[in-house]
Amino acid sequence: MPMTQRKIRVLVAKPGLDGHDRGAKTVASALRDHGMEVIYTGLHQAPEAIAEIAAQEDVDVVGLSILSGAHMALFPRVRAELAKRGMGHVLLTGGGIIPQDDMAALEAQGYTKLFGPGTPTEAIAKWITAAMEERLKNQGAQ
Amino acid sequence: MTIDRSRTEVRAVDARELWQAEFDQAQKRGVEFTSLSGAPLQPLYGPADVPGEFESELGYPGSFPYTRGVHPTMYRSRLWTMRQFAGFGSAKQTNERFKFLLAHGQTGLSTAFDFPTLMGYDSDHAHSLGEVGQVGVAISSLADMEVLMGGIPMAEVSTSMTINGPAPIMLAFYIACGERQGVDPKLLRGTVQNDILKEYQAQHAWLVPAEPALRMITDVMGYCAKRVPQWNTISISGYHIREAGSTAAQELAFTLANGMEYVRRGKAAGLDVDEFAPRLSFFFDSHLDFFEEIAKFRAARRIWARKLRDTFGAKDPRSWMVRFHTQTAGVSLTAQQPENNIVRTAFEALAAVLGGTQSLHTNSMDETLSLPTEKAVKIALRTQQIIAEETEVAHVIDPLGGSYYVEALTNRLEAEAERYFAEIERRGGVVPATEQGYIQKEIHRSAIAYQAAVERGSKRVVGVNCYAEDEQGPTIELHKIDPAVEREQHQRLAELRKRRDAAKAKRALDEIRDACKSSDNLLERFVAAAHADCTLGEIADVLRAEFGHYKEPKIL
Repeated sequence: MPMTQRKIRVLVAKPGLDGHDRGAKTVASALRDHGMEVIYTGLHQAPEAIAEIAAQEDVDVVGLSILSGAHMALFPRVRAELAKRGMGHVLLTGGGIIPQDDMAALEAQGYTKLFGPGTPTEAIAKWITAAMEERLKNQGAQ
Repeated sequence: MTIDRSRTEVRAVDARELWQAEFDQAQKRGVEFTSLSGAPLQPLYGPADVPGEFESELGYPGSFPYTRGVHPTMYRSRLWTMRQFAGFGSAKQTNERFKFLLAHGQTGLSTAFDFPTLMGYDSDHAHSLGEVGQVGVAISSLADMEVLMGGIPMAEVSTSMTINGPAPIMLAFYIACGERQGVDPKLLRGTVQNDILKEYQAQHAWLVPAEPALRMITDVMGYCAKRVPQWNTISISGYHIREAGSTAAQELAFTLANGMEYVRRGKAAGLDVDEFAPRLSFFFDSHLDFFEEIAKFRAARRIWARKLRDTFGAKDPRSWMVRFHTQTAGVSLTAQQPENNIVRTAFEALAAVLGGTQSLHTNSMDETLSLPTEKAVKIALRTQQIIAEETEVAHVIDPLGGSYYVEALTNRLEAEAERYFAEIERRGGVVPATEQGYIQKEIHRSAIAYQAAVERGSKRVVGVNCYAEDEQGPTIELHKIDPAVEREQHQRLAELRKRRDAAKAKRALDEIRDACKSSDNLLERFVAAAHADCTLGEIADVLRAEFGHYKEPKIL
């Protein structure tokens, strides 16, 4: 079945203990408005729980939102837990209060793109759509 | 219609019509003329927009209904307290920042805790991984509190502690720490935020479900009324509601609705309203819409005074007063061109002062990027000092009182708050309205509406959707937390558990468990447990085991 028949499925997740969910919920609503299927984890999720939901819901994209400063500890763990569950292929992204050199380090580890404060939700939706189309094209070429 | 400006003698009503006609014909800028909260604004306000009696609506400063301020002299007697919220890394590092701020003229302390502490986990708990010391200081025990307050005379400073779920435990550490410094609890001055309702609604750091959490709050009110009489037992907070995306009216309404719920609970627990209400304080956001914010502070004072006197039967005027702390709006700051944040913060701080705040925190320019550096914090503090010392605005009480616009806004915000009170009442009160997710949905709705307005360009943000520049990373220095803090905290906790009298600690925890099942005052047990070197996480574990976990309603 061609993937274009299917809506892009996104998990918006809040790892760690931080309770700031304005950004996560705003982005989740906006992605829904752009026709994606969005699952929001709710707050205070352990990396294992996020990976578990991602696997159960068979999502294409996992977006992490974090404003607590714990990204360098938690993002790599989410990635490892996803890989453990055969979900290493998902498009990983995220955002929040993340200093730029940390963003670069995480992007090098497979967090394709991270978004900082002030990013229009439109830009995030467009980026996800384009990245998924790109993947589809590459799959078709194989 | 042409306008004849040659007539010099026109009746007032004609003059108004003339202006209106001229206004209607003129070209306008292509923006939405609404408040930051999205409320429509007239181009001009006049006497017709402000019905009502001056005496009953405004009164005089220091008298009912306190619209113009809670003190008869306001800043002519004493300036507001300059209180910068601080906390990061270890207790030792935050203690040094406290001393730095006191040395630069700050007059009160305000403590930020890290997420594990805010959620009632010790630094060595699995959930604390990567979070220790990141957004605030890690305090897991009385020993940590003693380092935090080391060399600071606790009988002389006032200390605010921003913590909610585990607030009664942290207060117990503070009281016990004072006792170890030889300070009588009667002399301790400060505030513990202890506002759990807004945690469920907006800030999201909770410990146990609403009912047992509210019981602990009344335990704090009862204990402090007798033993720590100068302590503000709850700082009823709109700040987090606003930062989560609410409008000014929602911030006002939900905050005061939460406050009224605490009053009801206190009375239901058998306390006399005048015994605890004077120790309730408030905490508001000061956002960028200058006049709307000033009106919000004025409306808060008037609504609370009326409710406390007329609905709750408080007789002591101190019970009627909204004394409040203000923090400038973190959400208004931008990661783009961060130096501009100094200017935003200055306007917001000025609104707080013109609105009659009792204390103020000014945000630092770098807070959308990381915790503030010393340099950024000093500029933020200096901003308040410039307002206080150079602008001369503090000499006149409620200087905008009588402005048609500000009075009309004050009335409008009061009316909007009343509509929300009625809706919350219809839903069975604040706790059911929160458990149903109603308040969270209202806040979310406003957050989305604002974001949409920014994205379509009808709300402008300098450096973001107008006057944007290509930027190559932050141009300012950032403050990073050393991961060694987490390892050191693990070590300190291991040593504490080895060093303490294990039987005594276990007994203290057993007594907390018993008190959970009875109506004994829990704060009293927490103070005993603090002295027995029980940790925050151990005490919180007992509470979670006895009272259960809070489950967040699904709103999305």
